[in-house]
Amino acid sequence: MNNKVKKTIPQLITLAVVVLIFGFFTFNAQTNMENRGIEFGYGFLNQESSFDVQFSLIDYDGSYSYGRAYLVGLLNTLLVAFLGILISTIIGVVIGIARLSPNYLIEKTATFYVEFFRNIPLLLQIFFWYFAALRALPLPQDADPIFFGVSYLTIKGLFVPRFIWENFDIFLYSVIAAVVSILVIRNYAKKLQENEGKQLPTFSISISLLIILPFLTFLIGGVSLSFEIPVIKQLSTTSFVYEGGLGIPPELIALTLALALYTATFIAECVRAGIQGITKGQKEAAASIGLNPNQILKLVIMPQALRIIIPPTTNQYLNLTKNSSLAAAIAYPDLVLVFAGTALMQTGRAIEIVSITMFTYLSISLSISILMNWYNKKIAIKEK
Amino acid sequence: MNKLNFLKPDKENMKIYLYTGSFLFLISIMDVFLNSFFKLNITSFLPNFLSLFLPLILGSFGLHLIRIEFSGIKYLDLANKKINSSNFNAVLTLLIIFVIVKSAPATMSWFIFDANIAGDTKEACTGTGACWTYIKIWLRRFMYGMYPNDQQWRINVSFIILVFLAFAGYFTTERLKKYLTLYYVIIYPIIAYILIYYLISGGSFKLEWIETGAWGGLSLTFIVSFFCLIFCFPLGMILALGRRSSLPTIKYMSISFIEFWRGVPLITVLFMSSAMFPMFLPEDFFMDKLVRVIIAISLFEAAYVAEVIRGGLQALPRGQYDAAKSLGMGYWKMHIFVILPQALKLVIPGIANTFLALVKDTPLIFVVGLLEIVGMLNLAKTNPKWLGFAMEGYVFAAITFWIICYAMSRYSHNLELKFKTER
Repeated sequence: MNNKVKKTIPQLITLAVVVLIFGFFTFNAQTNMENRGIEFGYGFLNQESSFDVQFSLIDYDGSYSYGRAYLVGLLNTLLVAFLGILISTIIGVVIGIARLSPNYLIEKTATFYVEFFRNIPLLLQIFFWYFAALRALPLPQDADPIFFGVSYLTIKGLFVPRFIWENFDIFLYSVIAAVVSILVIRNYAKKLQENEGKQLPTFSISISLLIILPFLTFLIGGVSLSFEIPVIKQLSTTSFVYEGGLGIPPELIALTLALALYTATFIAECVRAGIQGITKGQKEAAASIGLNPNQILKLVIMPQALRIIIPPTTNQYLNLTKNSSLAAAIAYPDLVLVFAGTALMQTGRAIEIVSITMFTYLSISLSISILMNWYNKKIAIKEK
Repeated sequence: MNKLNFLKPDKENMKIYLYTGSFLFLISIMDVFLNSFFKLNITSFLPNFLSLFLPLILGSFGLHLIRIEFSGIKYLDLANKKINSSNFNAVLTLLIIFVIVKSAPATMSWFIFDANIAGDTKEACTGTGACWTYIKIWLRRFMYGMYPNDQQWRINVSFIILVFLAFAGYFTTERLKKYLTLYYVIIYPIIAYILIYYLISGGSFKLEWIETGAWGGLSLTFIVSFFCLIFCFPLGMILALGRRSSLPTIKYMSISFIEFWRGVPLITVLFMSSAMFPMFLPEDFFMDKLVRVIIAISLFEAAYVAEVIRGGLQALPRGQYDAAKSLGMGYWKMHIFVILPQALKLVIPGIANTFLALVKDTPLIFVVGLLEIVGMLNLAKTNPKWLGFAMEGYVFAAITFWIICYAMSRYSHNLELKFKTER
C-alpha cells in the first residue's frame, strides 16, 4: 500500500504540472487568436501561395498552393541532405582511414583537416563558402569552360550538361532487373558456399551484370542518351545567361559543400574509432587461417568495424539533415525558408506552420533512425 | 661493384642509390619551389603536360631509389618507415609536400605580406592581400555589438568578475570545499544573473539602460552560451534520471521530451521561440527576446545532455545500485551520493562535446534578430563604406571560434585523461 502510494504521487504531480502547462498555453493561444481574428486550421494549405521560389525540383510558381510550396521546400531539403550524406561519407571514410595511416604526413594532414573544420561553426562555414569563396568566381561571360569544355563554374552557379533520355523507363527497368538478379545470385552463392563449399566470383558477376544489362538497352531497347550543353547567351550589353543544360545554384553548392566538409570530420572520427576498435588479434587470426589481405578486410575487419561505426554515423546523418535547415541563412529555398519563412510571413499562421515544419523534421529524423536501427540490428552480434 | 638494378635498390650499392634518389627528390621539390615562390618554370622547354607531372615522376622515382630496407642509417630508416613505406605512400607524401609548397606563398602574402592594417578607411587598403584595417575599425562592433562605446567597460568588468569567480573554487580552503557544488550550481549562476542584469543591462544605480537588442558580438556569444550551459545541465540531469525512472508516466514523458527536441533542428526551435511562443503567452505578458532565445536553446541542449548522462548511468555496473540500496539509501540519496558522481565522471567528454556544440550553435540566434559575431559580420559586410571585405571578416571570426573551440576540446581531453587515471 505504502509503496503504491509512493509510486503514484510523483506521477500524479508530474502529470498535473504538464497538463497545467499545456492547458495554460492552449488557453492563451486561443484567446490570442480570437483577439487577432485568426482561426486555427490547416485549410490555408489549399490557398494560392502567390510567391515564387528560386529553385525547385517540381513545377512550381505563384499560382500553386501553399501545400505545393511545402512540398517544394521538403524536396529541396531532402536533396541537400542526400547530396551532403553522400559526399560527407566519401570524404569521412577517406579521412578516417588516412588518420590511421602509417605515413606521418598523411596522418597529420588528416588530423589537421578534422581539427580545423570541426571547430568552426557550421553557419560560419556556410557563409564563408557562399559570401566569400563562391563570390570570387568569374561572371558568366568571363568563365572558362571546365571538365572537357562542357561545364561552367560561375558566380551564378555551376552549369553542367543535361541528360536527355529517350525511353528512360526501359533503362530504369533494366537497372532494377540487374539489381534484383544480383541479389538472387548473391543469395544462391551464399547457399552454395555454405552447403558445398564452392565459391562463385560474385563481385565480378555483379559488376558485369550492372554494366551489360543497361548497356543492352541502348543496343536493342531503343534507349538513347544525348547531352544538352549549356550555351552562353547575351541578354543585353552587360547581362549574360546560360541557356540549356542544368544550372546548379550557388546556394546549393555552398550549402552542400559546407555540410559535407563539416560532417565529414565527425564521420572520419567514427570511422577511425571503428577501425581502431578491432583488436590486432583478429587480423592475425584471420591471416593465420590463410585469408588473403583482401579477404581479411572484407570478411573479418569490416563486418566488425561497421558494427562500431554505424550507430554514431547514423547520428551524424541525422545531424546533417537537421543542419541543412541552416539553408535559410543563405536563402537556399529549403523547408525552413520556403515554409517557415515566406509562407509564415504571408499567412501569419505561426502555430500551424511551425508545428508542421517541426513535425516534418521529427518524422525525417525518426524514420532515418528507425531504418538505421533495423540495419544495426541486422549486423549486430548474434549472441547465443 | 655489383650490377645496378634501378627497380630494386639494395644495400650493396647504397651510396649510388642514395645520392641519385636524394638528387631526384630535391630536384622535384626545387622545381615546385621555384615555380611557386619565384614564378620560374625550369621545365618550360618540355610539353605542358609533361612539365606539370615531371616533379611528381622524378620525386617518386627518387623516393623509390632511397627506399632501402635496413640501410643502417638511422634517419633514413625512420624516414622510409614514416613517409616512404611504399610507392603509393611516396606519391601521397610528394603530393602533400607539393600542395604545401604551392599554396604557401599565396596564403602568406594574403595574410601578411600584401595585407594592410594601417589607416582608418577603405582607401588605406591598397595591397592585393587582406585588409585588416576593416577588422581593426570594426573590432568593437564584432566584440560588443551595438553596445555604446563609452559603456563597454561594463561588459569587460562583468566578464572579468565572472571569470575570477569561476576560478574561486581553486582557492578555497579545505573547510569550504564541500560547498563547492552548491556554489557552482546555485550561487554562481545567481551572481552571474545579478551582474548581467544590473551591470550589463543597467537601468538602475545611475547606469544607463541598454536594451538587449543592442547587445551583440562575441560578448553575446559568451552570455548566451554561458546561461544555456548553466540551465541545460541540471535540466538534462533530471531528464536523464526521468528516462531511467521506473515510474511509467515520468519515463514516457521524459522520453517524448528528449526525442522531440533531438528530432528538430535548432533553427526551427528558434523560429518557434520568436514566432510561435508569444502566441502561447498572455497578451500583456512581455518576455525579452534574449530570454526567450536562452530558454529555447537550453531546452534544446538539455535533451542532448540528458542522452549523454543516460549513457553514463547505463555504463555503471548494477552492483553500485545494489550496494547503495543495501546501505538503506533512498532514491535521491543513492543518486546524489553514489550514482551521479560516478556517472558524470564517465561522461565528461560527452558533455564537453555537447557544450562545444552549444557554443558553435550560438550564431544561429541571428534568425530572431540577435547579432552575435557572425551576425555582426553580415551586417558589417553590407555597410556601403566597407563593401567587399567578406573574406577578411569570416577568416577573423573563424580564427576566433577555432581558438575558443579548440581550447575547449583540448581542456575536455585533459579532464578525460585526468579522470581516467583516477579510476
